[in-house]
Amino acid sequence: MLRSRIRPAAVLAAAALAFAGCGGDGEPSGGTSVSPAEIKVFAAASLTAAFGKLGEQFTAANGGTKVTFNFAGSQALATQIQQAAPADVFASADTTNMDKVKDLVGTPQNFASNLLQIVVEKGNPKDVKGLDDLARTDLKVVLAAEEVPAGKYAKQVLDQAGVSVQPVSLEDNVKAVVTKVSLGEADAGIVYVTDVTAGGGKIEGVDIPTEQNVVATYPIATVKASKSQDQAQAFVDLVRSAEGQGVLQSFGFLPPPTS
Amino acid sequence: MFAVPAAVAVGFLAVPLLGLLGRTPWGTLGAELATPRVLEALRLSLVCSLGAVAVSAVLGVPLAFLLARVEFPGRNLVRALTTLPMVLPPVVGGVALLLAFGRRGVAGQWLERAFGVTLPFTTTGAILAEAFVAMPFLVITTEAGLRAMDRRFEDAAATLGAGRWATLRRVTLPLIAPSLGAGIALCWARALGEFGATITFAGNLPGVTQTMPLAVYLALETDLEAAIALSLVLLAVSLAVLIALRDRWFPTA
Repeated sequence: MLRSRIRPAAVLAAAALAFAGCGGDGEPSGGTSVSPAEIKVFAAASLTAAFGKLGEQFTAANGGTKVTFNFAGSQALATQIQQAAPADVFASADTTNMDKVKDLVGTPQNFASNLLQIVVEKGNPKDVKGLDDLARTDLKVVLAAEEVPAGKYAKQVLDQAGVSVQPVSLEDNVKAVVTKVSLGEADAGIVYVTDVTAGGGKIEGVDIPTEQNVVATYPIATVKASKSQDQAQAFVDLVRSAEGQGVLQSFGFLPPPTS
Repeated sequence: MFAVPAAVAVGFLAVPLLGLLGRTPWGTLGAELATPRVLEALRLSLVCSLGAVAVSAVLGVPLAFLLARVEFPGRNLVRALTTLPMVLPPVVGGVALLLAFGRRGVAGQWLERAFGVTLPFTTTGAILAEAFVAMPFLVITTEAGLRAMDRRFEDAAATLGAGRWATLRRVTLPLIAPSLGAGIALCWARALGEFGATITFAGNLPGVTQTMPLAVYLALETDLEAAIALSLVLLAVSLAVLIALRDRWFPTA
């Protein structure tokens, strides 16, 4: 009696599994697809706000093609792409991480630059005036880990200025640094100018003078293994277009280096 | 009838472990494990996990006694509260700890004002985060042992003139020793593997708060070989705990 109940159920389960395997991406073969496609953009954490807006514009201008973002530290994204994660576009916060995957992506093109800024709580309660203050022992300073582009740039800036900082934590991506300062757990951190702009009312920035600052270069490229090459290229084109550049600059990014 | 699903289950559990062993860089394993960063993470993991076990034992054993022996209103609620960290996603635990014991936290503000103590970004903070997630294992297992033990031994000790403390030391604890031992081992293994609460509450700094799981996570993004080597160490430790506990999964008096 039990067997007559289990067998149909087992057949049904097996069938369900088989059909789940057929789900896939639902795209017809070839680069041109009629059904609304989807592209996955792997982008540095600092691009969260700007790319979010560009994603909406892209969907509106490209017949409803959805854009799904994976924002994380560029080093994490590069490793994921090396491990064959399904990315269509990769936008990194430094050229080092783009180089890590140079065999897996198309020709990278620089699309933006960024400067660093010291982030503190709104009102600057600990009265941080510049890089030198970060060496103060009464301050809890949080930086991004050295493998993260923001952390690497921060180290460059501090080394160039000859300031020795003892951070209390090394975060996995630049947004985590912003979070720790917003929460009031850390007194100061070094992040991008764009992160301070995007950070909302709980934080403010303390400028790093141009001569002490470093320029972060952001390259973007399509991923060779992408099954949506046309759409991926269209996204890259949008980012590099006048419209895209306008959006990026409205969030505080600077134009890419001209060299 | 059960053979096929069971075989799939075994495969599901075994293949990832075999994958880890298969990709281990056996040749350079020794060199990978001897780097200062790895040794630092290992040392810190041991310090923090043992500290977490100590905190869990000091706080958890009395709680287990309370839950097992005393009928009080709200007992079920307390038991549910004790079990909560077991089912709560660890990173949520970390956020909760931050909101409670962070510098702006409900209790953290008072701690800072009264004692000048801040917990985030400290090794103590890491120990507390691990204790938060691991203590339930100790409490639940010890409580089960207490419930299962024959209390007539305690009564006999009392009639023979033993005071409460002597009874506890020489009768009760030896009788629940297997459950307590299993609870301590599970608590330790859980504390050793804790990631979400630690990185959220205590932060990540080599030598202070970067325990092994955090080191693996960060190494994964840049140095896969180091990450695999570290993972292997944690795997070996977990296996050792399991083998040591093999007869004690279901503690009885």
